[in-house]
Amino acid sequence: MIKRLVVLLLLAGIGAIFMSLLLGYTPDNELNLTARYYAEHTAQDIGAANIVTAIIVTYRGLDTLGEVTVLFLTAAIVGLVLAQGRQQNSQRSQRKLPESGELLQTGSLLLTPLILLLGVYVFVNGHLTPGGGFQGGAILASAILLMLLTDPMRHFSHRLISVLESISGLIFITIGVLGIIYAGGFLDNRILPTGSLGQLFSAGVIPIIYSFIGLKVGAEFSSMLVNLSETEGS
Amino acid sequence: MSYIAMTTGFILILIGFYGALTNRNILRMIIAFTVANTGVNLVLVAVGYMRGRTAPILDAAVPVTEAAARIIDPIPQALVLTAIVIGVGVTALMLAFVYKLYATRGSLDISNYTELKW
Amino acid sequence: MTDLMTTMSLLLAATTIGAALMAIWGKRSLPIAILAAGLVSLLASVQFLLLAAPDVAMTEAAIGSGLTTFLFFFVLGRVRGGSND
Repeated sequence: MIKRLVVLLLLAGIGAIFMSLLLGYTPDNELNLTARYYAEHTAQDIGAANIVTAIIVTYRGLDTLGEVTVLFLTAAIVGLVLAQGRQQNSQRSQRKLPESGELLQTGSLLLTPLILLLGVYVFVNGHLTPGGGFQGGAILASAILLMLLTDPMRHFSHRLISVLESISGLIFITIGVLGIIYAGGFLDNRILPTGSLGQLFSAGVIPIIYSFIGLKVGAEFSSMLVNLSETEGS
Repeated sequence: MSYIAMTTGFILILIGFYGALTNRNILRMIIAFTVANTGVNLVLVAVGYMRGRTAPILDAAVPVTEAAARIIDPIPQALVLTAIVIGVGVTALMLAFVYKLYATRGSLDISNYTELKW
Repeated sequence: MTDLMTTMSLLLAATTIGAALMAIWGKRSLPIAILAAGLVSLLASVQFLLLAAPDVAMTEAAIGSGLTTFLFFFVLGRVRGGSND
């Protein structure tokens, strides 16, 4: 009981801080300096219609590199933590599961290619419409998830996933380094011409980089899901 | 409207903290953390919102010359995008550890794990 | 128009907080708590859309409410039995 009282007191303190933050908040009427710079310069410097994408891939591309690295580390640790259990009960996991229903099987055959296509569409158009590598990667992983739900014993090649993941990461870094040589700096997108605003082939290398980020993120999420699902039967 | 979203976010953070501090089941604590995570994201996006402006995407409705006067702040959105992806990574990591803890001990009650308590 | 948006926003906020309370409350079963947490994410993504952040809304809908919920269910399926404490 005394513990709950302490918790409530703590929350009251945090709530008071939040309250003062909320009362002291006045919405801006104009963009601040950084945002104004991005709004005015994205069109001619980067050539991407979606300013959020321009910030993520080019202006703050180093952040994204770090983010993808953190995600890779997470997927690797999940695989490491779950790997030991898998060796022992590989025989036990051969137990017969009931077949999944006709509806689910046919539905997944029909839907999986469409979901994969949607994922690719989302990350290829990341510089024009809302969306991009992270969302598209998550959609790709959800296609894998649908296949796992249909047949929990399906075996996905870990080697294929890790090769896809490493190659995407490597190409991402290579394009970044090419930016130092042929353009203004690391991850500069002006290796290719920026093109005209709103076209699919515009914004320099942003569509290429974001596609590989999408593949990498999709592979990482898929490896997490596959690792978790292969613990079945313990 | 940004006030409504911001208040919702703060309340979600408080609810999440309360759940994480009072529940004894580790899985429930992780659920509470994801709720608090969503609250933080909501607050951050609400800070960037400006009344009567539109999303930071340039097209026929938002010409380049008027962009600075027509769009909302894109930076919090980019930050929150990163935060969501990292958040799911952290959640997956916590869940993998929960699975491992359960496999070795057979319990999800936090009070059964006293090795690091002092 | 703005009145409609404000009303919708308020309704959304109330639903979100209700779902969050449901996710936290210890007496509900774990699957309901997980689904409620997914619902919080989904409603938050609608809120992001109202706040003119379509990128964030897509990310939250695909990652926050889709993948996270399934990760929870995968783990929940493995730790069944003895989890009701």
